[in-house]
Amino acid sequence: MRVTFKRDWIHSWLLLLPAMVFLFAFTHIPAVTTFINSFYSTPRGRRPAKFIGLENYERLWDDPVFWKVMFNNLWFALGTIPLSIALSIAMALWVNDKLAGRSLVRMAYFTPTVLPLIAVANIWLFFYTPGFGLFDQVFGALFGWSSTNWLGDPATALNAVIVVTVWKEAGFFMIFYLAALQAIPVSLVEAARIEGASRWTIFWRITFPLLMPTTLFVSINAVINSFRLVDHIFILTDGGPDNASSLLLFYIYEVAFRFWETGYAATLTVALLLLLSALAIGQFFFFDRKVHYK
Amino acid sequence: MSDPLTGAHAGKAIRLENVSKLFGESRAVDDVSIEIPAGSFTVLLGPSGCGKSTTLRMIAGLEGTDEGRIFIGGDDVTGKPSSKRDISMVFQSYALFPHLSVAENIIFGLRVRKVDARERREKLARVADLLGLSELLERKPAQLSGGQQQRVALGRAIIGEKPVCLMDEPLSNLDAKLRHEMRVELRGLQQRLGFTMVYVTHDQVEAITMADQVVLLNAGRAEQAATPRDLYERPATPFAARFIGTPPMNLIPMSAIEPLQDMPTGLLLGVRPEALCLADDGGLSGTVRSVEYLGADTLADCEVSGSLFQVRLPGSRSVSTGEALRFTASTADLHVFDRLSGGRRDDLIPEIGSRLRPQ
Ligand SMILES: Nc1ncnc2c1ncn2[C@@H]1O[C@H](COP(=O)(O)OP(=O)(O)OP(=O)(O)O)[C@@H](O)[C@H]1O
Ligand SMILES: [Mg+2]
Repeated sequence: MRVTFKRDWIHSWLLLLPAMVFLFAFTHIPAVTTFINSFYSTPRGRRPAKFIGLENYERLWDDPVFWKVMFNNLWFALGTIPLSIALSIAMALWVNDKLAGRSLVRMAYFTPTVLPLIAVANIWLFFYTPGFGLFDQVFGALFGWSSTNWLGDPATALNAVIVVTVWKEAGFFMIFYLAALQAIPVSLVEAARIEGASRWTIFWRITFPLLMPTTLFVSINAVINSFRLVDHIFILTDGGPDNASSLLLFYIYEVAFRFWETGYAATLTVALLLLLSALAIGQFFFFDRKVHYK
Repeated sequence: MSDPLTGAHAGKAIRLENVSKLFGESRAVDDVSIEIPAGSFTVLLGPSGCGKSTTLRMIAGLEGTDEGRIFIGGDDVTGKPSSKRDISMVFQSYALFPHLSVAENIIFGLRVRKVDARERREKLARVADLLGLSELLERKPAQLSGGQQQRVALGRAIIGEKPVCLMDEPLSNLDAKLRHEMRVELRGLQQRLGFTMVYVTHDQVEAITMADQVVLLNAGRAEQAATPRDLYERPATPFAARFIGTPPMNLIPMSAIEPLQDMPTGLLLGVRPEALCLADDGGLSGTVRSVEYLGADTLADCEVSGSLFQVRLPGSRSVSTGEALRFTASTADLHVFDRLSGGRRDDLIPEIGSRLRPQ
């Protein structure tokens, strides 16, 4: 009895080992190394890294660019998350209805998610082109606006990036909402209809509360994505003009691989990780009371 | 305290006129006409897939009506949405809102109709009291037993005091004992409150014990609408004859029975297993093929010229396989059906009865 128990125990660990090795080698060890590096100066040439305590953190605190990209990122998150969630719910409700050709519509909505961002960004670059881009032509024809440099103007650059992100993410989130909607028994909606509830009431009193677990999942994903996805910035704006559309991760990339200040980049990374964990934990607590799990 | 829930909402009559429902090519409900009197308990009965749920859902307005018209309380509601039909409904799966408490589930409709809080509270208290739910009001549906969930669904249906209540197999998820209790309770509730009940089931016992009127459906058509007693004693068609009663009525081709061989072709003799009596010189002969001893009585499967029929014999009479027996039946217990038209031929019964009597 004891022997088999012990053997099972060894067995389980052996089975876990390969995955653990990779997880440690590529996730945990780099994270810890980053944390340690954030207390060291950047090694240059023959000068090795040396321990400098909290100096990097002090620099971060006084770095106006850091605060700028933080603020940008917050605005980016606030702009993309509620909008993409609302849009994805609306699209899911729409394609969940019995409308003709709905599989076509579903596919159309999902396409932005499947397309590689590089290709997508190229299309959007054209949309945003001053003068003859889609937006300028449409707005020019409709309201007689003069040409706008959507991506080149500090006032509009970040919002232009937000639009692309929402467009890209909503289709992806829609799939989750669609799956959740199909798990809601039709009879619930029918029962509400018989009681005289309007579509609006049914949505707010029945459907939306029952979608809460999905909303939690999607919003955590959206928050993480808003700090994690930067590829569109490379193509659309390269963070400019004057860091107007730069986000935290993009700034980290610049510091680490354009300015080669790896020590300071490590410090910025630690800040990002702390922020992300705080957000994830906060969300669980916030939603926990409001989510009905089946 | 006076109880406004009692008799406050008189039922409304429902009329279906040549109603049909098509799913693609197939006719799930085919030219059905039913009269449901106000305040009656009407059961839609039939085998699985015969269109009971579809008929009920058309009355509820959850399915569109492809042909024909539906009237509730004299108003044509054919094109109206469910919310305008002044009905309530209990679903087979109960359809309770899983994220709302029992209390919120019951008063859902009142909230939607913006009934004020005081009235909501009073009605909730009365309904909860009536259904024995007072202790459970704060719970979520998942924390209730099947029977309790059933009661909550019932509460949600009756709190609005609608004149019509529709139920689709509401008892099918309960065990036998609870089903019996709920049958009695449902029937009592309906009689006390006076609403019109349309109740779907495939269980003939439920239909017979609860209904004022049974509408028997078969393959999308209404076979017969009658009181349970009439349905049992005077089934209109061979299908109705076989569907009601356990074991079912025997339908024997006349050509198989010796004294009836000169009758017109295509006729079926219907006689219930318990109506057949042993008689040495009876008109119906049969060879015992198998015997099922049930204690109080014995069920014997007999064969006559290739047709099988069942007989219920007193337990004291022992029979064995291969034995040749003769039976008779009183004229009142005989039914004659025309196989082609599917109707009764009552005009032939006296003649046939006299031929089957011991000579
Ligand atoms: N949405 C639908 N689409 C296509 N066919 C349907 C649909 N709903 C029902 N049917 C068909 O209509 C017929 C009647 O169905 P209905 O659900 O009314 O049967 P029922 O009498 O309630 O049976 P049960 O006792 O099994 O519930 C069946 O043959 C069924 O396959
Ligand atoms: Mg059904």
